[in-house]
Amino acid sequence: MSTPNAPALDAPRSPYSRTKSTRSNYELYSWVFMRMSGVVLVVLVLGHLFVNLMVGKGVAALDFAFVAGKWASPFWQIWDLLMLWLAMLHGTNGVRTIINDYAERDTTRFWLKMLIYFAFVVVVVLGTLVIFTFDPCPVGADPSLLPSFCQA
Amino acid sequence: MTAGPLPVQTTQQGRPAGTLYRGDTEGMWSWVLHRITGVLIFVFLLVHVLDTAMVRVSPELYNETIGTYKNWIMGLGEAGLVAAVLFHALNGIRVMLVDFWSKGTRYQRPMAWTVVGLWVVLMVPFLIRHLSNIFGG
Ligand code: HEM
Repeated sequence: MSTPNAPALDAPRSPYSRTKSTRSNYELYSWVFMRMSGVVLVVLVLGHLFVNLMVGKGVAALDFAFVAGKWASPFWQIWDLLMLWLAMLHGTNGVRTIINDYAERDTTRFWLKMLIYFAFVVVVVLGTLVIFTFDPCPVGADPSLLPSFCQA
Repeated sequence: MTAGPLPVQTTQQGRPAGTLYRGDTEGMWSWVLHRITGVLIFVFLLVHVLDTAMVRVSPELYNETIGTYKNWIMGLGEAGLVAAVLFHALNGIRVMLVDFWSKGTRYQRPMAWTVVGLWVVLMVPFLIRHLSNIFGG
């Protein structure tokens, strides 16, 4: 009964696809990532702004001792590390979309994207190193600039 | 605000001219502002990580670096950045509701005005706090 040259049929209920594409689902995952990271960033970024700009004397109180006081605690280290990575991934991916939208020449598009990927690597590596290697009480520093717990 | 479809300029071939998104007023301007604020925050973030990295060099250098920000011009810039972040965050939530909430598209317009309303409500206490700090209150 079966003809040897019958066209292959898809298995029943296999997902419909208009064209058999060899491309990846990168843009779909990136779309989902923008939303997932966005939800987390609402808490991380607005919390960051509230603690640094609203509590106490706000911007006027920002100095080395303030930052050292925060990063002496693993809570703020992890908070800031997560915020750094998520904001950079979210922001770089967002700007990538905008470059793809407006830069029409292939070479312009390519180099603009290389520029933001380079910025991504520099900023994420530098920021991560700073958070992990930070010393709130550097030896030999002027004690009046350090957080109060350094004297103890 | 009810807005009919905006008049679409066309090329000589009759195709819509330009690449500007022309949706309904609230939707289009929310999108434009979301883009502009997103790029602005990204550029600021690059600078912000670099200046904060000075804590790793010395307390003096860090205090000097952010000392250059402690004047009213930079203070107003900071207020502008907070304004941008708040809008982007609130509108980002609206975008997600439009995408995932079954009634999201129906309410996108009132949600755009809710974003504006919440933005004002959050900006007022922030500006009182921040402006009194930078103008030495
Ligand atoms: C505070 C919480 C944030 C939320 C809720 C949020 C939400 C979103 C969402 C949902 C999108 C996707 C829009 C779309 O696909 O149409 C988006 C795009 C974008 N976001 Fe954010 N975001 C936040 C923070 C940030 C930060 C910190 C940056 C910068 C580092 C940033 C930069 C961007 C950029 C550049 C885009 C692309 C805009 C476009 O394609 O038109 N966002 N954001």
